[in-house]
Amino acid sequence: MIAARHISKSFPGVLANQDVSFDVSAGEVHSLLGENGAGKSTLAAILTGLYQPDAGHVELNGARVALKSPRHGLALGIGMVHQHFRLVSQFTVAENISLGDRKQNWILSTKKVEDAVREIGERYGLPVDPRARISELTVGEQQRVEIIKTLYRGAQILLLDEPTSVLTPQEVTTLFDSVRTLASEGKSVIFISHKLGEVMDISDRVTVMRDGKVVGNTAVADTSREELARMMVGRDVDLSAIRATKPAGAPLLEVRGLTAKSARSHVSNASIVVKAGEIVGIAGVSGNGQRALAEGIAGLTPLIDGHVTICGTDVTSKGSIAARKAGLSYVPEDRNGTGLAPSLSISENMLLTEDLPFLVNHKSAVAKAEEAITTYSIKTPGASTATRMLSGGNVQKVLLARELGHDPQVLIVSSPTWGLDVGAVEFVRSKLNELRSQGRAILLISEDLDEVRALSDRIYVIFEGKIVMECPGEGADVTTLGLAMAGASA
Amino acid sequence: MTQESVLILTLAGAIGTGTPLVFAAIGGVISERAGVINLGMEGMMLIGAVTTFLVVNKTGSPLLGFIAGGIAGALLALIHATLAISLRANQIVCGLALTIFGTGLASFIGKPIEGAGLEKSFSKLKIPFLSDIPAVGPVLFKQDGLVYFSWFVALLASLYLNRTRTGLSLRAVGENPATADAMGLSVVRMRYAHVIIGGLLAGFGGSYVILRIVPAWSQAGTTNGIGWIALALVVFASWRPLRVIGGAYLFGVALQANFALQAKGITVIPAEFLAMLPYLLTVVILVVLTANRRTRGAGAPAALGLPFVRDER
Repeated sequence: MIAARHISKSFPGVLANQDVSFDVSAGEVHSLLGENGAGKSTLAAILTGLYQPDAGHVELNGARVALKSPRHGLALGIGMVHQHFRLVSQFTVAENISLGDRKQNWILSTKKVEDAVREIGERYGLPVDPRARISELTVGEQQRVEIIKTLYRGAQILLLDEPTSVLTPQEVTTLFDSVRTLASEGKSVIFISHKLGEVMDISDRVTVMRDGKVVGNTAVADTSREELARMMVGRDVDLSAIRATKPAGAPLLEVRGLTAKSARSHVSNASIVVKAGEIVGIAGVSGNGQRALAEGIAGLTPLIDGHVTICGTDVTSKGSIAARKAGLSYVPEDRNGTGLAPSLSISENMLLTEDLPFLVNHKSAVAKAEEAITTYSIKTPGASTATRMLSGGNVQKVLLARELGHDPQVLIVSSPTWGLDVGAVEFVRSKLNELRSQGRAILLISEDLDEVRALSDRIYVIFEGKIVMECPGEGADVTTLGLAMAGASA
Repeated sequence: MTQESVLILTLAGAIGTGTPLVFAAIGGVISERAGVINLGMEGMMLIGAVTTFLVVNKTGSPLLGFIAGGIAGALLALIHATLAISLRANQIVCGLALTIFGTGLASFIGKPIEGAGLEKSFSKLKIPFLSDIPAVGPVLFKQDGLVYFSWFVALLASLYLNRTRTGLSLRAVGENPATADAMGLSVVRMRYAHVIIGGLLAGFGGSYVILRIVPAWSQAGTTNGIGWIALALVVFASWRPLRVIGGAYLFGVALQANFALQAKGITVIPAEFLAMLPYLLTVVILVVLTANRRTRGAGAPAALGLPFVRDER
């Protein structure tokens, strides 16, 4: 149905796509697998018309086409669902679908759109209330709106960019059912992902990319996870589960009945214990109180109720400096923003959590930053580069270097590998494991259930601000965890 | 004078005094709904006023003067659009600069006519039957044509924003320009168009001041800061055109209170204090709206004040 023929595309300093060819037939689910920066997104952008290739071309139903813009692509039946949704959150579902639709009369008739939304929803198993405001919907429902939007415009080929990164396991199952329905109706689905398990699960065929080139193309039936992982990274990788080898020691972090609010996050009556030499995971869908929990413990938001004890010191509502002095380090989810000041340089950012004299000694700060750059192998032009100029993995390394530099007894990490490529993920995980074996207490807050299961010795599940479940990490069952994450009481 | 007639006169006067605010604030709503704050409104009103004055005295046609005033405001808004949208200048700074520029330019143009009176203007237009309703009739339906036109503009703006395809696009551009851009809409074009319409309406507001409220040119004293009140009114009305009308007339009453009480011979409260009332009301309303969690930023376009840069990789 759609094919890429010998496509090359370069950006200043990067060869993003190099002689890339691949094709998708009608009714097929075809995965594009690769690490961040492997060129998947560039290829997708070319297939949808956002970028024009430097060499090579796109074929649609056997005929060569020059896609001028995403709008043009969509008019030819190529639709894309982006990882970050393109929805106006203050608008209703129907309004979002009407937006930019030139078939609409100048005077809007929402009734027609609402009917179409219901009809598409029923046909493909994508139920959503057309009159609901986007801000009231769950992330899974918002994704459905995105899919319906492209189908409403007549898409025959759907590109889904990392569609599962924001979903609960149950929502993933629902999405995959819809994808299969779409394929059975003759539509082509291009599934862009770096998650091996999901790719094996949903696709008919897989194209693997690395460093801008296609390194493999195979039917899923003829391959294995291990083989795909090797193709994707170019070497053997080990992301298997790692547990504590020694029994846990004394409790270093004790949280009793914590109730707190932060931004749009709230947590009520949460009690958590993390012992020395232990990684404790907090599993939950984003926005269920994780932020309030972490900031409550770290002293960034005053507690409404409850107590926090770090290494035997009561730090309840005493502020972040007291928490740090007691031995806590916090690596927030929002790395460039809460974690680092994005416009400051690496060396300046490293200074932020230190007790500084009135006059700052930049020379020693730069020396220290350079040391961190070497030990953490941070890719940067130098220590004076602003952290906003760095890629996600390197930003996380700077933050880790600073926080671990304090030699914390207790570490809170929030979504530590979100958006990082496999190599960086491996690095972060081994760092956490190293700290654990040194007898530190680690609280791992993550939406990535695979990660929580792979690293944690114990797991708590958080839902709507409450701890709803606790279980050992070893042998934790995905279905049970997933149901708890979705609020179904066991 | 009977008590009732004073009240009716005050209210009828308040509608007149509130009308420039209706025009300007709806202009503000339209511009801000597209995501561009217009702090240059006071300047646009003054330019509109002086242009109207000159055109009316030259041609003898108040209608031509009114239109010219709007166009003058729109031209000033075009400068704002160029700076804020194309050059991505800070909207607050260039809005303020435009008020200063507009005030200065209007004073310069108006130098020869300083203190002179307007030769011709609109007269009141009684609406048959409706104007005979006791109390309501004389307050609402014995006004000039421009008052009725301002209602029409408010209604049209409301329908445009909420019921049309372009209105939907406009709101999307103000809430989430990246999404609007991804849907194939031109953020730049939409913003330009609506900042200019906003300037046109601010110009109309200024025209109304010179045509119906202070029919003589007296520099910045002509608008006397009501451009700023209009700006507060946009917030007060939660960016909804129809709510602007109610708010504008509330301020109209505050602006009229001075004259009304003097007319009744009440001098307990010093006139200077009464003259302060509308500005005080502005501050109080803004404080109340911002102090309350629920109303703070309610209805404010999410991308208000933010220049749009397409993220290419």
